[in-house]
Amino acid sequence: MQNLIHHLRDAPVSAWIGMIIVAFYAIIALFAPLLAPYAENVSIGAQYQPWTAPHFLGTDALGRDVLSRLIYGARNTVGIALLTTALAFTLGATFGLLAATLGGWFDTIASRMVDVLMAIPPLIFALLILTITGTSVAALILVIAVLDSTRVFRLSRAVAQGILTMDYIEVARMRGEGMFWLIRKEVLPNAAAPLIAEFGLRFCFVFLFISALSFLGLGIQPPTADWGGMVRESAKLISFANFSTWQTATFGLAPLLPAGAIALMTIGVNLIVDWVLHMSSGLKE
Amino acid sequence: MSDVLLDMKNVAIEGWSDRRWKPIIKGVDLTLKRGEILGLIGESGAGKSTLGLAAMGYTKGGCRISGGSINFDGQDLTRASNEALRQLRGKRIAYVAQSAAAAFNPAFKLIDQYCEAPVQHGVMSKTDAQKDAVELYRKIRLPNPDTIGFRYPHQVSGGQLQRAMTAMAMACRPDLIIFDEPTTALDVTTQIEVLAAVRDIVREYNTAAIYITHDLAVVAQMADHIKVLLRGEEVEQAPAREMLANPQEDYTKSLWAVREFRRAPPVAREGGEETLLDITNVSASYGAQKVLDDVSLKIRRGSTVAVVGESGSGKSTLARVIMGLLPPTEGEILHDGTPLPKLGTKRSRGLQRHLQMIHQMADTALNPKQRIKDVIGRPLEFFLGLKGAAKEARIRELLTLIELDPDEFMHRLPSELSGGQKQRVCIARALAAEPSFIICDEVTSALDQLVAEGILRLLDRLQRELDLTYLFITHDLATVRSIADDVVVMQNGVIVEQGPKDDIFSPPHAPYTELLLSSVPEMDPDWLTNILKNRREKPLQ
Repeated sequence: MQNLIHHLRDAPVSAWIGMIIVAFYAIIALFAPLLAPYAENVSIGAQYQPWTAPHFLGTDALGRDVLSRLIYGARNTVGIALLTTALAFTLGATFGLLAATLGGWFDTIASRMVDVLMAIPPLIFALLILTITGTSVAALILVIAVLDSTRVFRLSRAVAQGILTMDYIEVARMRGEGMFWLIRKEVLPNAAAPLIAEFGLRFCFVFLFISALSFLGLGIQPPTADWGGMVRESAKLISFANFSTWQTATFGLAPLLPAGAIALMTIGVNLIVDWVLHMSSGLKE
Repeated sequence: MSDVLLDMKNVAIEGWSDRRWKPIIKGVDLTLKRGEILGLIGESGAGKSTLGLAAMGYTKGGCRISGGSINFDGQDLTRASNEALRQLRGKRIAYVAQSAAAAFNPAFKLIDQYCEAPVQHGVMSKTDAQKDAVELYRKIRLPNPDTIGFRYPHQVSGGQLQRAMTAMAMACRPDLIIFDEPTTALDVTTQIEVLAAVRDIVREYNTAAIYITHDLAVVAQMADHIKVLLRGEEVEQAPAREMLANPQEDYTKSLWAVREFRRAPPVAREGGEETLLDITNVSASYGAQKVLDDVSLKIRRGSTVAVVGESGSGKSTLARVIMGLLPPTEGEILHDGTPLPKLGTKRSRGLQRHLQMIHQMADTALNPKQRIKDVIGRPLEFFLGLKGAAKEARIRELLTLIELDPDEFMHRLPSELSGGQKQRVCIARALAAEPSFIICDEVTSALDQLVAEGILRLLDRLQRELDLTYLFITHDLATVRSIADDVVVMQNGVIVEQGPKDDIFSPPHAPYTELLLSSVPEMDPDWLTNILKNRREKPLQ
C-alpha cells in the first residue's frame, strides 16, 4: 500500500491526466441515473433537434436525448468491456501460467488450441458464433472473453517462462514447493507489471471490438444505449449536414460525440498503461 | 601536441535515486599521458565504472556530471556538444565492456560490427576496414583470423569474444580505450590469454588505457599507475610497482591483505571420520551430450570439499545431480549410508531439508518481490512449521548470525541490498532449513575481494559453529586455498585429480592442475611476462 502511494507521488503528468479521464468515466458510469437529465429509451421531443436547451446535445432519429444516451452508454459499454476483459484475463493468465509451469503435454495441448483460435480472424469468428448463439449480453461477453484470452495466454506464458528460469524458482523447487505456491508467490508477483499493462491495452481493444460488433448490428442490441451503436445510427448524418451555420452543423457532429467518447477513454487508459509499462521496465530516463 | 591526453579535474557525478540527487563521484582528479595505462581499482559501488565512462563524457541514465572539467586532448567534454562527443566516441575514445557476450549484437557477424565504427566515422572504406579487421584479429592472436570475423557472436568462445571486442575497440586506432572489467567473467585459463593480448596490442599502438577491475593481481600485470577509489573518492594513486610494494593508506593495505585469509586447521573429530555423502560412478547428460562421466567422490562430515575446473567442466552439473534437479544416468549417491532418490521430487521433506544449495548469482536467486523476512521465513515455515512470533524470533536470530541488523534489514526488498548482503541473505535462507550439507556454487565469484573475503569468513565460522559440510564449487584457486580441506579438479566432466588440499597444491601435479595453478594471477608485476615466457619455452602436454 505504501508502495502504491510512493509510486503515485512519482507519477508523471500524463499518468495523472489518464487517471482523471478514467475516474471521470467511472463516475459517469456509476451515477448515470442521477446525472442523466432524461431517461435512456424515451422519446421526449422532435427528432434531430439542434444543440440548445433543454437538449444540450440535441436529439436523435427517434427524438431521444443524446446527452442522456451518452451517459447511459458509458455504463453499458464500459461495464461490459470491463467484465469481458476481466474474464479474458482470468482465463488467459490461469492457463498461460499453468502451461508455462507444468510444461509437457498440458502446454502442448493448450498452446495448439490457442493457435487454432488465433488462426481465425477474431471479428469473423465472433460474428459466426454470435449468429449461432444469438446476441444476448452474456453470449457477447463470453465469446469476446474467450477470443481475447488467447492473447493473454500467449503473453503470460512467455513472461512466466522467463521468470521460471531464474534461480529463485530453482531454490523453491529444491525446497519441494507445490505448483500453486510457485505460481502464486514466485511467478505472479513478478509477472504482474506486464500483465497489468496488457490489461489496459486489452481493455481498449475489447471496447473497440464491442463497438465494431454493435456497428455491424451484432453487439449490444437497441434500444440499449451504447456508443458503438450510436455511431452506427448517426453515421449517415455527416453526409447530409449543412455546415454553413452552427445550428445546422451540430446535426452532422452527432456521430462524432460517441466516437469521441470512445477515443478519449482509449487515450486515458493508454496514458496509465504507458506509465505502468515504464515502471515495470525499470528505465530511469 | 601535449603529452597529457586526458585531464579530469575535480569531477563530480550525481545519480538520481529516492527523488533526489546523490553524489557518486565526489571530486576526483585523473591525468593520463599518451600511451599510459592507469589501473582503477576499488570495491563494487566505489564509482570505478562511472568514472571510466565519464572519461568519454558519458554518464549512465539517471546520472549527471555536476562539476569539474574533463579535458580530452584540449577539448572540454563537459561542455562539448552531443555531435562533438559523437565524433570522439568510437573514433578517438573506445570502450570495452565487461561482458562481451552481452555487448555484441547477436544478429550481426563479428566483422560487420568491427567495420561499423571506421565506416561511420569515415576513417576507411568497408573493404579496407575488413582487411584491417583480419590484420588486428591476427595481432590479437585469435584462431583462424581470416575467417573468424564471419562468425556470429554465439559461435565463438567467451575469451575469443572478449578479444574480438578489444580488436573492435582498436578499429579506429583510438588514443584512449576504457576497459571495464574485461576479464572478470572469464575463468583463469582464458583470462591469461586475454590479458596478454590486450597488453600487447595496447603497447604496440601506444594507446592510453584506463583499466577498471577489482582484481589486484590483474591490475598489477596491466597498469603503469594504480588509482584506488573508495565510495567515490580517491584513496591514493602511485606508480604500479611502488603501490604494490608499499601501499600507504590503511584501506589499500586492507585490499592487499585479503588474499591472505586462511581458515584455522580443522579439529580432529571424535569418533573418527564419517562419510556424509558417497558419490559412486555417477554419469549424467543433457540430451545426447554427456556432461559427467564416471564421477566418484566421498565427502566427510564436517569437511569442505572444493570442486575446481573451468566453465563447462561439469562442476555445476555435479551440484544439480546431488540436489536432484538432474537425475544421473548411471551411478548412485549415498547419504548417511542410504541411497538418495534420483529426483528431488521423490525425496522426503526431511531429506530435502538436509541438503541445501547457495547459488552463484544472489541477484537471480532472490525473488525481487519478496521481503527479506519472507525469503528467510518461508523455509522456516515449510520445513520446521514455525509460525508467528516463533518464526519472527528465528528470522532475527538468523539475520544476526549472518551479521545483518534484523531491525534494519527484515523489511527490505532484495533491490535495497548490496551484492554481499544479498549473498548473506541467501546463506541465511539455506541455514533456515537447518541443513547438514550445503553446496556453495561459486558463491563469491560475483563479488569483489573484500566482500568475498567477508563471505568466506562467515561460511567458515558457520561451519565450525553449526557443524556443516560444504561442497564448494569454484574456479578461483585463491578461494580453494583459503577454505578447502579436500580438492577435486575436474575437466570435461571427468575428475582429473582429487585429494587433500596440501597434496593437490604441491607438486607433482596432473598437467591440467598445473595449467590451472599457474594461470592464477599473482601480485608480482612481472608474473604475466614470466609465465608467458615459460609456456613458450616449455609447452604443456
